[in-house]
Amino acid sequence: MTDTTNTQAETAEQQNGTGEIDSAAAIAANKTPATSGEVKIHCVDVDVFYGETQAIKKVSIDIEDKAVTAFIGPSGCGKSTFLRCLNRMNDTIDICRVTGQIVLDGGDIYDADVDPVQLRARVGMVFQKPNPFPKSIYENVAYGPKIHGLAGSKAELDSIVEQSLKRAALWDEVKDRLDSPGTGLSGGQQQRLCIARAVATAPEVLLMDEPCSALDPIATAQVEELIDELRQSYSVVIVTHSMQQAARVSQKTAFFHLGLMLEYDDTGKIFTAPSHEKTQQYITGRFG
Amino acid sequence: MSTTVDFTELSAKHTGEANKSRLKARYWAEIRLKAYGIAAIGVAAFALVLLLSTIITKTASVVYEKYITLEATIEVSDRDRERLADENPRMRANLRRVVQASIANAIPGEIGRRESRQANSILSGDAGLFLGDQVKADSSLIGQTIEFDALLDDNMQLYLKGIVGRPEEIKSSGPLSVTAPDEDGVVTATFDPSDIGAIFQAIREQRADDAARARSEQRRQQNAVDVTEALLLEAEGEEERAAVQTRLDNFVAARDRAEAQADELMRLATVIGEDVRYTLTESDPSLLMRAGPGWLKLTEVERGEATGTIYLPLSDGEPAAAEFAEGEWQAYIMERPEATRLQSDRQVVWMENFEDRGLIKEVLNTRILTQSDSASAELAGIWGAVVGSFWTMMVTFLLAFPLGVMASIYLEEFAPKNRVTDLIEVNINNLAAVPSIVFGLLGLAIFVSGVPVNIFGNEFTIGGFLPRSSPLAGGAVLALMTLPTIIIAGRASIRAVPPSIRDAALGLGASKLQTATHHVLPLAMPGILTGSIIGMAQALGETAPLLLVGMNSFIQEPPADPLSPGNVLPTLIYQWNSNSERLFDDKTAAAISILLIFLVLMNALAVLLRKRFERRW
Repeated sequence: MTDTTNTQAETAEQQNGTGEIDSAAAIAANKTPATSGEVKIHCVDVDVFYGETQAIKKVSIDIEDKAVTAFIGPSGCGKSTFLRCLNRMNDTIDICRVTGQIVLDGGDIYDADVDPVQLRARVGMVFQKPNPFPKSIYENVAYGPKIHGLAGSKAELDSIVEQSLKRAALWDEVKDRLDSPGTGLSGGQQQRLCIARAVATAPEVLLMDEPCSALDPIATAQVEELIDELRQSYSVVIVTHSMQQAARVSQKTAFFHLGLMLEYDDTGKIFTAPSHEKTQQYITGRFG
Repeated sequence: MSTTVDFTELSAKHTGEANKSRLKARYWAEIRLKAYGIAAIGVAAFALVLLLSTIITKTASVVYEKYITLEATIEVSDRDRERLADENPRMRANLRRVVQASIANAIPGEIGRRESRQANSILSGDAGLFLGDQVKADSSLIGQTIEFDALLDDNMQLYLKGIVGRPEEIKSSGPLSVTAPDEDGVVTATFDPSDIGAIFQAIREQRADDAARARSEQRRQQNAVDVTEALLLEAEGEEERAAVQTRLDNFVAARDRAEAQADELMRLATVIGEDVRYTLTESDPSLLMRAGPGWLKLTEVERGEATGTIYLPLSDGEPAAAEFAEGEWQAYIMERPEATRLQSDRQVVWMENFEDRGLIKEVLNTRILTQSDSASAELAGIWGAVVGSFWTMMVTFLLAFPLGVMASIYLEEFAPKNRVTDLIEVNINNLAAVPSIVFGLLGLAIFVSGVPVNIFGNEFTIGGFLPRSSPLAGGAVLALMTLPTIIIAGRASIRAVPPSIRDAALGLGASKLQTATHHVLPLAMPGILTGSIIGMAQALGETAPLLLVGMNSFIQEPPADPLSPGNVLPTLIYQWNSNSERLFDDKTAAAISILLIFLVLMNALAVLLRKRFERRW
């Protein structure tokens, strides 16, 4: 009896998996990779160690400007770790050590004379779980511009906040209650608030670490739409577990496995004709 | 190792007989455990109720204080007149003579020299000063005859509250006839022989008690005799034998004395109230008679007759023989012997008389809150200690809070995690468990006395920069004690701020310091404050370290600033408790109640803060 159930479940899974991949491939194929081809971040032989453990092994990747780059791969493959290298968030972890070169607009971000605080103003970040400050919506968005001295006057700050919220497609929903706490918003709104907050510091690169994993499908769709819009002015790097999402929003996709970057190519190509066997297995749902 | 287990058999065990008894045992264990828990809670609750009820009943007895309404003609000496006219409120006139004259007037009949001293001690020692203050406030009173309220001495207040007992009436039925008093005021009273039998009973019991005490003394001496006799047998040499013999003789004599005393007391206990005339001593219960407006105290009693001294005249006119019908006179017994109380029989009679005349007044006791310490129990208050506690707490807070917050934010947010910080952490946690008196010793050595150091012949002193007994020194010591509590609470609440908030701030390009001050600290602040308030409450109740820096001095004025000498509530309680005056006992309870109120308020504030700012992420 148990045997029968297992078989059924497997079959269902396979069918389901195949169906998903088909749709993801279809989405990717439909999309014209409208990339400029300009390299924003140039990474060469990046190694990351947590104490003795090597989490990232010799990753070299060129991240393009005004494009969405998706990092996919099974859990624990190092995609989030690598993302956090791009704005030196790993510096906050004592035992973490990064070697190799990460060049942003011609300057190595791990140079001794680079201030990580300044770097993070240029490379913004949105986290997996919405994490607005327990302050008002206005304060949340205005915080970045304030500490970086972006606004010369109150009026200017107001317009930065307004524009950021508009870009995050949140303005209409919150314009009447800018003084209410950001933590009182719904999950999707909170995540968009976090995006608005990141956008408000006027970064050049926006890093997103599974920004939709804590959201329901409707909120996810809103955020994805937003990402697509943000691409017009930023270089966006997104870590995602959902291959459909990668296919929907990104132009380039990198596949990570066990700390190695196995494949990096146009999203359409990754999902239709992956060159690496592991990529093939992953996107068809054989593992991960 | 490889015995095969049949799982079907195992499953059957779930419904077996053995399982049932196991289940029963389990239920029993649960019931037992619950019973233990309830019993423990019951014991704790009982102890708490006992403690609170003791404190509250004692406190309740000092909620009111007693005054006597007197009449006085304000006559002042030239010196006092000058003082009364002085603008300086610290110049006070003590109208002692006026007050003493009015208390003498208030007592019916003539009073002699010895009695007048007793009369004066009815009033608080500062009654003259208070009248002086009253006159100073309204100088038109000089030369007039006014009614004023004078504060009673602590012993009189205690008497009125019944602490030493009040005279209890003894049944009497017949008439009473009293002879005219001789020049010493001694009279002979005759009454129905069946009357006041209870008096004899009381004295008999008293004698029997004394006899029992003498018997036990006799037994004690007998033991000594037995032991010494044994020693005498073992003694070697003429000299030693003689020494032991002397000791033995002493013990034998003492035993015989005790025996004789016990026999005599027992005899008395049986014959009192028979036809023997018995002379009452100071150690006997006092026998008093009220007849008409007057009182007399009995000195010798027998059936149907007694000799007594007139304490208050029995009639308004010239002293003469008098007859009182049944109901016009009462006999009283004051169980507690005069020798064992601070209120003489005369004072007892006077107080009863004052109360009958409605001169005694009960007034809400604000003195205990508004006045500072005093040697007289009826004058002492806690205000000086409250001010001292306030200064001390201010100093403690101002020193410990910023240091504690800075230390905890550094240790949590900035310090590298290594052996040194581990060591510091362990030490801070251990500091919280150090007995507070150790901090007192440290504070005494470093803050107050200073540590003499001699390096290569150069002598100098380290520390010793704070004045002894000052709230500054006490506050500094308490700050040392509170610091670990604040650091531990601070670190815990900083750690409770979710890392996602730090990530958010760092991700926006905020520096570590900005992250800490803009986000982490404000979010952790309610927790830090809660911990600090609890630490401060602990410091407010702390006594031992403050005793060491001299904050238990007798100080009659509230400290004007943190540098002047002062004491704090707990040390005041400690001092009052070691005072012998009985009223200080009740005032101690009152001071404890007030301290408890402060502590409850502080803890309530902490709970309120925690509830108000409780955040969920």
